[in-house]
Amino acid sequence: MASLGETPSQTVGPFFSIGISGPDENVLAHGDLPGERIRVEGRVLDGEGAPIGDALVEVWQANSLGRYRHPDDSRDEISLDEGFTGFGRAATIFETGEYWIDTVKPGPVPDPEGEMQAPHLCLIVQARGLLNPLFTRLYFPDETEANNHDLVLRMVALERRSTLVASQEDGDPGVYRFDIRLSGEGETVFFDV
Amino acid sequence: MSDPAVRPLAPKAHDDHPPFLYRDYKSTVLRSPQKELVRIVQTLSETTGPGPAWSEVSSEDADLTTNAGTGGMAIGPRIIVTGSVLDQNGEPVPGMLVEIWQANAAGRYAHWRDSESSAPLDPNFLGMGQTVTDGQGVYRFTTVKPGPYPWGNHPNAWRPSHIHFSLMGPALGSRLVTQMYFEGDPMLGLDPIFNAVPAHSRERMIAAYDHHVTEENWATGHSWDIVIRGRLATPTDPEVG
Repeated sequence: MASLGETPSQTVGPFFSIGISGPDENVLAHGDLPGERIRVEGRVLDGEGAPIGDALVEVWQANSLGRYRHPDDSRDEISLDEGFTGFGRAATIFETGEYWIDTVKPGPVPDPEGEMQAPHLCLIVQARGLLNPLFTRLYFPDETEANNHDLVLRMVALERRSTLVASQEDGDPGVYRFDIRLSGEGETVFFDV
Repeated sequence: MSDPAVRPLAPKAHDDHPPFLYRDYKSTVLRSPQKELVRIVQTLSETTGPGPAWSEVSSEDADLTTNAGTGGMAIGPRIIVTGSVLDQNGEPVPGMLVEIWQANAAGRYAHWRDSESSAPLDPNFLGMGQTVTDGQGVYRFTTVKPGPYPWGNHPNAWRPSHIHFSLMGPALGSRLVTQMYFEGDPMLGLDPIFNAVPAHSRERMIAAYDHHVTEENWATGHSWDIVIRGRLATPTDPEVG
């Protein structure tokens, strides 16, 4: 097998928004898309807890029935939704480090052992000062049972799992809060995928 | 229910990439994870990714010298940048979106945060473009050569001329954002972002001047292939058997 060396990763730098985050790319759900509409919002924070105003949060997810729009997800018996790619991206607001994403709650997708994973969003975080992308997942606080059985979540030390579970405020259904701490106290779990 | 195939990626070659923490590049200090990345099993969530779907819905816009839509042409040395997108198994990656952004020829980005720059804006240059690789995995942009520009990392710090490249890849883990540099640039060795990459793989970020790509009376040519993570070869792959 030929093996070529990977092109090395470099930071997105402070000016990525002219190239890779168009307006409205943080809105995945349009029109009468089936599924439970949700908003994910949060801040990206550095090692001193300061907001990062030049981060990019990218999301990859299955549709509400749990199917990815991708050639490798061959489960034709689960329908795809027209106009829903499952991808979106949000640049954080410069002053506050806040991002938000409007989408639908993903359905469960199988793990390689044939069990269902808990519903989750895959997130990629990039920023000035980050020389490589960071991969993480967002899980839902109202899926405790599924979360407890999730293959990936179980690979994470118990005391750090809470960094991967969004929070929800009373009286605000459909809105999930997910802060991403790149470094230091309460550091979000990032994956080697 | 049918069982979708999970075709895992080969393990990421971390040694070919920069570390998270590289103190000469000051912004890494507070933005680098302090804990080890958690190695996880690759599920359908990781072996799929946005590349194919996102490439389908994106439009092509590969001539940065005119895509400001003003009717005028960007100022600066006109260049063609072209090459193949391959995976590490040497397979071309067709149909994949390639997005780029860059400073103008004077070394200024058309971004509000670059407003302190003393360099001029070019009203005919946005500094962004995108294209989709063809059936052989080839991309091609026409643009102007970006100027070097000063930044605040250390005294008299300058970024060498570079173009930012973003590729989704066929799977989540093949996401790549990188920077393309120009052959023979004496500023490369002074740049902590370039130097953060291990010495053995730095040259993979440098485009070569290519006279076969150069077009007479029009633009100089620069060739640069991009290699992204590929799938793990399995014993059932005909190549292996």
